[in-house]
Amino acid sequence: MLQVISILMENKPGALMRVTGLFAQRNYNIESLTVARTLDPMLSRMTIVADVDAKIRAQVIKQINKLINVLQATDLTDEASVAREMVLLRIRSGMENRTAILKEAEIFGARVVDSSVEGFALEASGDPEKLDEFINVMSSYGEIQATRSGLIAVSLEMKKLRLAPPVPTGCEPASVEDPSSQSAAVSQSR
Amino acid sequence: MSNLMTGAKMLLECLAREGVEVMFGYPGGVTLPFYDALYDNPLRHVLVRHEENAAFAASGYAKATGKIGVCCATSGPGATNLVTGLVDAMMDSAPVVALTGQVSSNLIGSDAFQEADTFGITRSATKHNYMVKTLAELPQIIHEAFYLAGSGRPGPVLVDIPKDVFMARGHYEPVTEIHLPGYKVFTEGHSGQIRRAAQMFWEAERPLVYAGGGILLGKAHKELREFVEITDAPAVCTLMGLGGLPGSHPNFISMPGMHGSYAANMAMYNNDLLIALGVRFDDRVTGRLAAFAPHARVIHVDIDPAEIGKNRHADIPIVGDLKRVLQKMNKVMAELKPESEAKKSEARKSWWKQIRTWKEEHPFDTPRSESEIKPQHLMAEIDRISNGKAIVTSDVGQHQMWAAQYIRFDEPGQWINSGGLGSMGYGLPSAIGAQFGCPDKLVFAIAGDGGFQMSLPELATVVNQGLPIKIIVMNNGYLGMVRQWQELFYNNRMSSVTLDTFPQADLLAAAYGFKGRTVENPSELREALETAVAEPGPYLLNIKVTPFENVYPMVPAGGAINEMVLGPPQPVAVGD
Repeated sequence: MLQVISILMENKPGALMRVTGLFAQRNYNIESLTVARTLDPMLSRMTIVADVDAKIRAQVIKQINKLINVLQATDLTDEASVAREMVLLRIRSGMENRTAILKEAEIFGARVVDSSVEGFALEASGDPEKLDEFINVMSSYGEIQATRSGLIAVSLEMKKLRLAPPVPTGCEPASVEDPSSQSAAVSQSR
Repeated sequence: MSNLMTGAKMLLECLAREGVEVMFGYPGGVTLPFYDALYDNPLRHVLVRHEENAAFAASGYAKATGKIGVCCATSGPGATNLVTGLVDAMMDSAPVVALTGQVSSNLIGSDAFQEADTFGITRSATKHNYMVKTLAELPQIIHEAFYLAGSGRPGPVLVDIPKDVFMARGHYEPVTEIHLPGYKVFTEGHSGQIRRAAQMFWEAERPLVYAGGGILLGKAHKELREFVEITDAPAVCTLMGLGGLPGSHPNFISMPGMHGSYAANMAMYNNDLLIALGVRFDDRVTGRLAAFAPHARVIHVDIDPAEIGKNRHADIPIVGDLKRVLQKMNKVMAELKPESEAKKSEARKSWWKQIRTWKEEHPFDTPRSESEIKPQHLMAEIDRISNGKAIVTSDVGQHQMWAAQYIRFDEPGQWINSGGLGSMGYGLPSAIGAQFGCPDKLVFAIAGDGGFQMSLPELATVVNQGLPIKIIVMNNGYLGMVRQWQELFYNNRMSSVTLDTFPQADLLAAAYGFKGRTVENPSELREALETAVAEPGPYLLNIKVTPFENVYPMVPAGGAINEMVLGPPQPVAVGD
């Protein structure tokens, strides 16, 4: 079944690879994946739709949470949440269909983002099933090319973010007054 | 600019602050600046003869001491050679920090000489890995690597360092704090759950402790012992958990699993409460999962939340550090004992009686022969000399199983083997690490004639570091475990398992400058082992054992844990 996972993670090198690598390594299938920076540029928000057995849904979340750079992974599948996807669609059509296409686009709440003698480029967003339908309807008017964004989702409940506190290393800090004294002490000790 | 420090020196400074005394490694082109700085540094660097063995040695050191093992390799082939050792450490949760050199930043991505995508390759081979981009972040990353390797569920952490970072100069600022907001370690355990677990225990009629490697990693052996003594619960220790409860303890039944004892496996099947401590319900322990401990409720304690419920549902899951959780649980256990002990005491008494009967019915017997050395006999003799005290390392295969069955371990850190990954060639290099960690202990490195030949180059390291390791090759002339499976499941078609060329042990040892000998006669075995142990330096014993001996009991792959094959199959008519 499809599982919707929201991941908040540190924007560190290789962070995306760690998540996708984990999915490949554990034999979980990714249906879609979107990622972008959050308001805090140090963090990224990722939404993954995975096709996994219902029995291992909790295990998937636990494995993602084990990644060091992941601050929080949440299963949104059964939670109060809003999920949307966007599609950009180019349709080639003759003059005779143009009005019908625009009418249809309006029904789906799609916007025209480009118009030329060859046809239109349309933009629509909504839940994935609605977009399936939109693409299906449009393809009946002519040759289309569609690019889907993959699902993005947001939980409707405010989740408390639990973070690990800093841990002391046991190293003495450098003296504030004289930054060179520490280095001197270091070179003496060797 | 005398107070500017190179990256190489900064790295050494960080290692010193982490208390690193010894590291195992192999130099190369891009690590030249590091090795130059190492030249007049007190940190001891052990030159191994293959990078894989550097990682194995670091893991052996870590398992023997509980401290973090450190290994080092150059870029490209050096780093890729480390990979098996890293995955091995990952599977056994061994705390290891691996340092690799990388080509200079300006060359990364250009397919430069000895360039490999170490960061990408080792992503799944490590608990976490880093590529250092600038000198400024080097100290922070090194301390993070050590913290990650040693805390929570331990594991290997790799730091890939480009050559220009080693050579760059900068001000060294000691790192006072590590900030890893996403790395949450739950140590305390939920008090309510702990109390529920204790109550559940006193309700049980047939409780069983199933203790694993987590007891050793969490240094919770004293608490485990206390637990079984308060509760008088029988306990099995897995392959990774041997030594977690002294092998001579009356409550210790033995090892469960594919080649576990009859009593341990029967207890695993028939108990009504499994107290799973630092284990992961590995397929080699459970057999067919659906038929594993079918009557049992499960209390599962582990520091890694992902292990709980992964393979077996836990009725009471407790995420925490075993030492802390057991301390708390023992307290509650003792508190509840006076009012609860009597409740199911009769049932628990007959459970113990049943276990003793199983033990007597099918003990690990030691077959002996006048004409040839039985492998079990060899292990029993090593056990006699060790008397629960020696460190024993092994590879993977028949010798590993027999060693685990017949040699007693009274302390954690004594039994060092490649459990999860099952790497051949682990025994000798891990013994090198263990001997560095415990210079005063007697160390046996046991290997089969297959695995020994995979670690052969390290004989040079043993000699040149003056390590008195006793290398025991259990030589049956075959890749024994594979041959056993071919015999039992592939119609005895022995495909590529014959090792008919083996170097003459005395000459091989002599070629490296130490003593060795081949033993074939059972009557010489004891004296040969005693001679080897009495020798102040290393010793190579090539022990020729019965070629076609199989390890029993055996739970065939996919079989239920109580469906053991106890001995060689009786001859049957071949037909369809």
